[in-house]
Amino acid sequence: MKLCAPRPWAPIAVLAILGAGLCMLPAAAARDTPDRVRIPAGEVRPLYRRPPSRRPRGEPAPPTRVDAFLMDRLPVTNADFLAFVKARPEWRRGAAKGLFVDPDYLAHWAGPLTLGDAAAPDAPVVRVSWFAARAYCAARGGRLPTEAEWERAAAAGQKGPDGRGEPGWRETILGWYAKPTPARLPPVGQRPANFHGVHDLHGLVWEWVEDFGATLVTADAREAGDTASLRFCAGGAADATDPEDYAGFMRSAMRSALKARHTTASLGFRCVADLEEASR
Amino acid sequence: MPSPAPRPATLAAALAGLVLAACQPTSPPPAAQTPSPAPTVAPPAAPVQASSERHAPLPPAPRFPAPTGEPIRAQLTSPPEVPPPTSRRAPAKVIVELEVRELVKEISAGVEYTFWTFGGTVPGSFIRIRQGDTVEFHLLNHPSSKMPHNIDLHAVTGPGGGAASSFTAPGHKSRFTFQALNAGLYVYHCATAPVGMHVANGMYGLILVEPPEGLPPVDREYYVMQGDFYTVGKYREKGLQPFDMQKAIEENATYVLFNGAEGALVGDKALQAEPGESVRLYVGNGGPNLVSSFHVIGEIFDRVFYEGGSHWQANVQTTLVPAGGSAIAEFRVDVPGTYVLVDHSIFRAFNKGAVAMLKVGGDAADAAYTGVYSGKEVDEVYLGDLTEDPAPVVAAVEAQQAGNMTLAQQIAAGKALYQGTCSVCHQPDGNGLPNVFPPLAKSDYLMADAERSIAVVLNGLSGPIEVNGAKFDSVMPPMRQLNDDEVANILTFVRNSFGNEGAAVTREQVAKVRASTEAPAGAAH
Repeated sequence: MKLCAPRPWAPIAVLAILGAGLCMLPAAAARDTPDRVRIPAGEVRPLYRRPPSRRPRGEPAPPTRVDAFLMDRLPVTNADFLAFVKARPEWRRGAAKGLFVDPDYLAHWAGPLTLGDAAAPDAPVVRVSWFAARAYCAARGGRLPTEAEWERAAAAGQKGPDGRGEPGWRETILGWYAKPTPARLPPVGQRPANFHGVHDLHGLVWEWVEDFGATLVTADAREAGDTASLRFCAGGAADATDPEDYAGFMRSAMRSALKARHTTASLGFRCVADLEEASR
Repeated sequence: MPSPAPRPATLAAALAGLVLAACQPTSPPPAAQTPSPAPTVAPPAAPVQASSERHAPLPPAPRFPAPTGEPIRAQLTSPPEVPPPTSRRAPAKVIVELEVRELVKEISAGVEYTFWTFGGTVPGSFIRIRQGDTVEFHLLNHPSSKMPHNIDLHAVTGPGGGAASSFTAPGHKSRFTFQALNAGLYVYHCATAPVGMHVANGMYGLILVEPPEGLPPVDREYYVMQGDFYTVGKYREKGLQPFDMQKAIEENATYVLFNGAEGALVGDKALQAEPGESVRLYVGNGGPNLVSSFHVIGEIFDRVFYEGGSHWQANVQTTLVPAGGSAIAEFRVDVPGTYVLVDHSIFRAFNKGAVAMLKVGGDAADAAYTGVYSGKEVDEVYLGDLTEDPAPVVAAVEAQQAGNMTLAQQIAAGKALYQGTCSVCHQPDGNGLPNVFPPLAKSDYLMADAERSIAVVLNGLSGPIEVNGAKFDSVMPPMRQLNDDEVANILTFVRNSFGNEGAAVTREQVAKVRASTEAPAGAAH
C-alpha cells in the first residue's frame, strides 16, 4: 500500500493479497520498454483546495509531488487478462471469491477461459474488480498507479505534460462522457499517444487506481462542512481548484462510487512499475 | 436545508414581518384555500397561516403514525402522464424503484443527445405519494451506464435529500428510507459532481406529496417539466451532439424544452382536453440554469399553487417556475382550439424549442362562437401611416374589372401598395440596405424571372442569393396575404421603376404561381 490506504476495505485488501497467495515482490529494476514508458517526475494539482480539515478554507493545497515511474502504454486487454486467468485459476470467473469480485466479474466473456463475441482480444478488459486488477499487476511485477500518478500521466496533451492549453483537449475528453458505452469496446491503441507516449488514458474506459477510495469519499458534501468528504454538488465547487475540470470531477465521483469488489462495463485498468532509485 | 438564522438577521426578519403584517393579505382567506378535509387518522396538513400569525413560532415538525399494513409499490408514470391519486386515508410504507439509464434519444428532429435519465425519460418518472408516507427508495443504476449517479429529492428532510445515501456505481443499486413530512410538489435530481452536467443531461423529475385530504378531483392531470440543454452544435444542427460545458457555464442554452425534446408535446403528442374540462398541470423546472416564465397562450390559470407550495394565487397569466422548483397550475378550458405552452421569456419559445401544446376539443376552425371567443372576424389590409392615397388602388381595381386597366394605372396602384408593404425593407427608393435587404433598383435578380419574383412575394425567400454581384443571406417573410391583383400591381410597379423596365405582371400569372407553389409552414404574416 503505497499511499494512505483508506476505508473499511483496507484490511480486506491485505486479506486479498494473502488469500490469493501472492507476495509483494521487491520493486523490479524496471526500465523503459516497448510496453512501458517513463513518466518523468512532476506535480499534480489536487482537485480541491483544502484537504479535509487540515487548512483554512481557501488556502491552496500544495501540489502533490509525483516521482518518475513507468506506465503501461496501453490498458490491459482481454487477451492479456485471459493469459493471466489461465495461469491463475483462482481469478477465473466462477472461481474468484465473492469477497473479491461482484457477480458481474468478466460477465461479458463467453466462458471462464473463452472471450467470445462481446470481448475482442485486443479490446480493453472491463468488468474486473480492484482486487483482480491488483493481482494482475502484481503478477507482472508491477502495481496499479496511484491516483496522483494516473492524473499526472493523464494531464498531458499532445505537446506537453499539461494539455489544458491545447485547443480541443478538454472537449475531446468530455466527448467520451457524451456517448454511451458501446456494446463492443474498440481495440486499445487506436488513438494517438499523448506527450508521454501513453495511449487511451482518455476516451476508452475508466481505469482503476490503487488508492481510488482515498480521494474524497463517503457522503454528500454540498454540506461542505467539517467533513468535506464527497463533494457532489454546489458545495463541492466552493473548494475546487479548477471548477471547470469536469472530467476530473467525474473521475473523482466514479472512484468514490466504487467498492473494491465492484466491476462495471466500462471500467478497466493498466499497470505501472517503480523505477530504480537512481533514475527517479 | 434550513439553517439557524444568524443573529443580525433576526431584527430584519421581525421588521419584515411587521411590514408584511400591515399589508392586506394577498391570498384568499384560509377557508377558501383548503379543500374540504376528508376524514383522516393523520393530523391535517399544516393550516395556511394568516399574515397576522407571522410572529408565531414555526409549528413543530408534523408527526405521523408508523405505517401499517403491507408495503405498497408506487406506480410511476412517464411524462406527460401522472399516476392516479393515492386515495389513502392513512400513511403507508411505499416502495419506489427508480432506474437510471443513459440513453441516446432525439432532442430535436435529426439531432441526437446522450440523456442521463431517471426511468428512461426526461423528465424522470412521476412519483406520487401521500404526506406521512414512509418511502423505501431503491435507486438502480443500469449496468450499461458509464457514470455513477445518485438522487436528491427535495421532498426529503435530511442531509443531501438522499444524495449521500444513494450514490450508486454503474450496475449497482442503493436503498434509503425517508418519511415525507411536507406536502407539496417537489423536484428530484441527480446530485453527483459535476452536478450541473448531470442535471443538464436530463436527470430531474417531480415527486408529488399529497396532503392527507388529497387534491380536489379534476378532469385531466398532466406532467410538464422544462429544462435547458447545451450542445456543441447550434440549435437544430444535425447528428449526435455532445454536451457543451462552456455554454452551460455561460448559461447560454442551445435548447429550452418541455419534456426533454423539441416537439415532445405537439401534434399527435399534444396534451388533450375537452371543452368545459378542468385541467391540472404539474409543472416542474429542472434547469440547470434558467428560470421559466411559464405561460399558456390563450388561457388564464384559475389557480396557481406557486412554487409547488400550499398557497394559491388566482387569475394568473404567467407564473415563474424556478430552476429546481415547481408550480401547480389549474384552469378550466372553455374554448376549443390549440393552446400553446411556452416559456414567455419568448426567444426560448421561438428559437430554442420551448413550445408544447394543449388541444381542446379538436380543431379550432370547427368551433362555433360560444360567446367567449369569436375567432377572426375581420381580416383586411391596414397600411397605417405608410399608405399613400388609396385612390390609385381603387382606380386600378375598377379599371381591371371593366377590362380597360392600363400599365400606368397598375404602376400607380402598385406604388401605393409598395409604400405600405415593401418599402420598410427595400426602401422607398428601391435600393434596399447593403448586406441586409437586396436592392430592387436595376436588380438583375428581380428582372431575370417574373415568375420567380411572384413566388418570392407569395412564399418569401431565405438563404443566400446574389443580386447585382453582391451576396445577401437574410429572410423575406411570405406575403401570401396579398391578393392576386395586389401582387400583380406591386410587381408591375417595381419592374417599371427604379431604373427597371419590364412587362406588366398580370393577376392570372400570380394566380398560377399561387396555385402551383406551396406556402411554407407558418406563412401567415
